[in-house]
Amino acid sequence: MSAINELYQQLILEHNKSPRNFKTMDDADKKAEGFNPLCGDHYTIFLKIKDNRIADIGFQGAGCAISKASASMMTAAIKGATVEEVEALFQKFHAVVTGKMTSDTDVEDLGSLGALAGVAEFPARIKCASLAWHAMHSVLHEMNDSTKTVVTSDTMT
Amino acid sequence: MFTAGNTMKKNNSAMTVDADKRVTFDIERIRGDFPILHTMVRGKPLVYLDNAATTQKPLHVIDADQRYYHSQNANIHRGVHYLSEVATFEYEKARGKVKNFINAADNHEIIFVRGTTEAINLVAHGYGRKFLSEGDEVIISAMEHHSNIVPWQMVCEEKKAVLRVIPMNDDGELIIEEFEKMLSPKTKFVSVVMVSNSLGTINPVKEIIRSAHAQNVPVLVDGAQAVSHLKVDVRDLDCDFFAFSGHKLFAPTGVGALYGKAEILDRMDPYQCGGDMIESVTFEKTTFNALPYKFEAGTGNIAGVIGLGVAIDYIRRVGMDEIETYEHELLVYGTGLLSAIDGVRLIGTAKEKAGVLSFVLETVHPHDIGTILDMEGIAIRTGHHCTQPVMKRFGIPATARASLSLYNTKDELDALARGIGKVKEVFHS
Repeated sequence: MSAINELYQQLILEHNKSPRNFKTMDDADKKAEGFNPLCGDHYTIFLKIKDNRIADIGFQGAGCAISKASASMMTAAIKGATVEEVEALFQKFHAVVTGKMTSDTDVEDLGSLGALAGVAEFPARIKCASLAWHAMHSVLHEMNDSTKTVVTSDTMT
Repeated sequence: MFTAGNTMKKNNSAMTVDADKRVTFDIERIRGDFPILHTMVRGKPLVYLDNAATTQKPLHVIDADQRYYHSQNANIHRGVHYLSEVATFEYEKARGKVKNFINAADNHEIIFVRGTTEAINLVAHGYGRKFLSEGDEVIISAMEHHSNIVPWQMVCEEKKAVLRVIPMNDDGELIIEEFEKMLSPKTKFVSVVMVSNSLGTINPVKEIIRSAHAQNVPVLVDGAQAVSHLKVDVRDLDCDFFAFSGHKLFAPTGVGALYGKAEILDRMDPYQCGGDMIESVTFEKTTFNALPYKFEAGTGNIAGVIGLGVAIDYIRRVGMDEIETYEHELLVYGTGLLSAIDGVRLIGTAKEKAGVLSFVLETVHPHDIGTILDMEGIAIRTGHHCTQPVMKRFGIPATARASLSLYNTKDELDALARGIGKVKEVFHS
């Protein structure tokens, strides 16, 4: 498979076209905004947390295919998971897309999220894949703040 | 696919002069002057179409940089020794070249700065902060780069002045009648871009200046995107300030020039204070040096300034008229190619345009276009191009932008069109 087809896999293109959980939630417990001022990608993540689990999740916004597919795949992957499971998945996902963990088992552990592993080959695009994750992660552990804005930059992947 | 040879030709004019002194634009020779154009990117020949971001450098400029550090380096304006005299001579010679290039009246009206951004900040600070007061108005346009918005926003906020914006139409042309209506006794400054970096529009700055001057309002022209594409004559324009960057003009980064009419520069406060810009210093009082040194505090980018002079020599040898004609032909060709692709929408369709093909492609985000083109060796810029208000005006988050220079070819534009076809293939659009 060519590098470009590796990056733009069918699964990613499909999530970009029909994103999952693409909805606003008026009754969300937590809300996080992810914004990259350099490219204008902008997403809002809505979380409902019940008994230490992600009871529901939604997202809205616009950006490139990688950022949108990644946000969509993230919502599908963490819905129903415990906060600890989400944390572990965040760490693993981050390691894979930044090319810090590249063994096949690590990628397999990620399940369909592994489709984004190709991003590691495109340094300029890593922050696209991690934007929604950073936003979700920043607000997940906040006890008091129920809304937060994360601004990413080139030095933050 | 490319006709350019790999031989590097030094110190040769890129123009061929035949017996009856008619000149022809020798693209092969020009491409030979720019070594980086022969780079292979991911196994494909580089197609560099990001010239509005920065241009590549000819050997003449690269050599001048080397020569300076090999045999001319010293600090300027203060040494009595040989090298200092050489460096000062070369530095001041470059000032003369810039003066001639934009047809300023005098060398001391040319101030060397880091680039267009610093030039505009210098004027916003040195003129705006000194002469603006509450209720005054500053006019800019809807297609300004952030660097010609933010400095004025800051100074207006500080002085409680009002920032007004000339609107544009759907083709990306300024609505001059609106500007005329905006001008009033409250107007104290106008700052407009000559060529838009995100749309390519050539604005009727001469007309804008004439109207502003009728109300005694000084005008700054942001020439960052203009100087490498169009002949600029600051006295014919009658602008009060003209700012441009070297690196968009085949010179090194970190150097640029601000032209200002002497009588206005004289009335302004210095922007930065330190060495070189003083006449005398005591702990009680400092008097400032004469123009242009009043605005050149500290040791500047000496090698860069010399490189800028060499870049100007290069352009003049190729010929500004020839460059304009050749690039216009490329622009017309590229516009035709891109317009013919199903799903491509050009952003910026002004009648008067230079060097820029900004576009969107159906629902494909420009960043995805940029990545796929990069795999084909094609370098374009994607994003908002530091003109977020322009993106908002057209209701889009970003564009893909191919920007041209004198060394680009129709073959390269064909490659761009094929690349866009590839993007469509990947996205099945």
